[in-house]
Amino acid sequence: MSELSVDHLLGIKYLQAEDIKLIFQTAQQFKEVINRPIKKVPSLRDITVANLFFENSTRTRLSFELAEKRLSADVVNFSAASSSVSKGETLIDTVNNILSMKVDMVVMRHPKPGAAYFLSQHVDSTIINAGDGAHEHPTQALLDSFSIQEKLGEVKGKKIVIVGDILHSRVALSNILCLQKLGAEVEVCGPSTLIPKHIGSLGVRVSHDLQKSLEWCDVANMLRVQHERQDLKYFPSIREYAQRYGIDRALLESLKSKIVVMHPGPINRGVEISTDVADSDQSIILNQVENGVAIRMAVLYLLAAKRKISFQN
Amino acid sequence: MNRKKLLNARSIEITLNRLAQQLIENHGDFKNTVIIGLQSRGIHVMHQLVGILESSGVKDLAHGTLDITFFRDDFRRRDAPLQPSMTKIDVLLEGKKVVFVDDVLFTGRSVRSAMDAIQSFGRPSEIELLVLIDRRFSRELPIQPDYVGRQVDSLDGDRVSVEWQGPEAKENAVYLEIGEHE
Repeated sequence: MSELSVDHLLGIKYLQAEDIKLIFQTAQQFKEVINRPIKKVPSLRDITVANLFFENSTRTRLSFELAEKRLSADVVNFSAASSSVSKGETLIDTVNNILSMKVDMVVMRHPKPGAAYFLSQHVDSTIINAGDGAHEHPTQALLDSFSIQEKLGEVKGKKIVIVGDILHSRVALSNILCLQKLGAEVEVCGPSTLIPKHIGSLGVRVSHDLQKSLEWCDVANMLRVQHERQDLKYFPSIREYAQRYGIDRALLESLKSKIVVMHPGPINRGVEISTDVADSDQSIILNQVENGVAIRMAVLYLLAAKRKISFQN
Repeated sequence: MNRKKLLNARSIEITLNRLAQQLIENHGDFKNTVIIGLQSRGIHVMHQLVGILESSGVKDLAHGTLDITFFRDDFRRRDAPLQPSMTKIDVLLEGKKVVFVDDVLFTGRSVRSAMDAIQSFGRPSEIELLVLIDRRFSRELPIQPDYVGRQVDSLDGDRVSVEWQGPEAKENAVYLEIGEHE
């Protein structure tokens, strides 16, 4: 396969395993590109990308912007806080206004699930979902699986536990779908208040005992506790959460095998993961960040390839 | 389709040996030279040449591979190949003499892309082009090779294919496949 089967990246749900493999192969070469003395290729020089962030983001936004610039795209940035959205403009009006300025691709983060899908139905532009509410965050899942593949050789047959706030996490859902499409076994682990009731229907194992989960797995993906999404108390205290669901050096060393530790960032140091674990050689957190740029370059490049230039009016 | 053998294994070997000698004539001990094979078909020619040069006494010959996919000028225009191959260049090319190696020179567009792509590794002091087969009269850009294995006169619908011994071919050979034209 040499082309993606989709015209937008709305979620992992819409991708086939072959698409994911193509993205990984392409990202592998982009990783070489971003380690050259001059880290730029001209592929997207006639493409304009709008980054629409209706919700705060530092690393995803930086990572997308860097990926776009490394591909020579023209970039316009927009964040909800400093825009007319706060004056009451609807999503579709905001976006149509931006598209009148001849934007080819839109990278959007939005607090509402399905916002990226909605947009793809109504505007004539390639849409990349950079997170829609607690629904999906496809590029994060792709870079997580890519990092696992890089570290362990392959994803197929590996056992991955996703620990923490599964309920509010778009990273969890996208990761589950992506890992399963690549043939991995997935378990979710966390306090029962933070595990969705019907998560088992996705074909994942459920655990509430971190020690047992870590003994079982090859990779532990520690999710951030999302204080900002939690409208009520899901656990008694941060301290108790850290004790039951946080990883520290002692816990890691008590395990029979040497597991890989991941975190999508930003880290609450001392809560999900202790400082000595985050900075240890078992952690691939900074590889994830570097791979994030390569994966986003691959996604932008492969989707741009589907927008053929027309010289007829 | 009419398929004609242009070079057999023995004549390819003789040609490559001659090309290697011409390179030695111009580059001496290769201290300031880097041989770059263009992905994907130029890699075989590059490895064969490097082998011959090393057995002729050239030591520590710097060489690498360059993929031009991201620098193509037909991206988004037709069904251009998207899937890149590996680029491996472990030396800085600033001020170095670079020799591009490819199997067939046809329109010259890959070479243009390669000249663009190579700048990411520094500014070479000069770039030369070595090709096993030069299809004359088919250039779309003002690009000419410095070292030529064999010149071939062919028409637009024809195909020149270079096969290397392996799972896909019994022996090294170059074929001219005559296409349909008016």
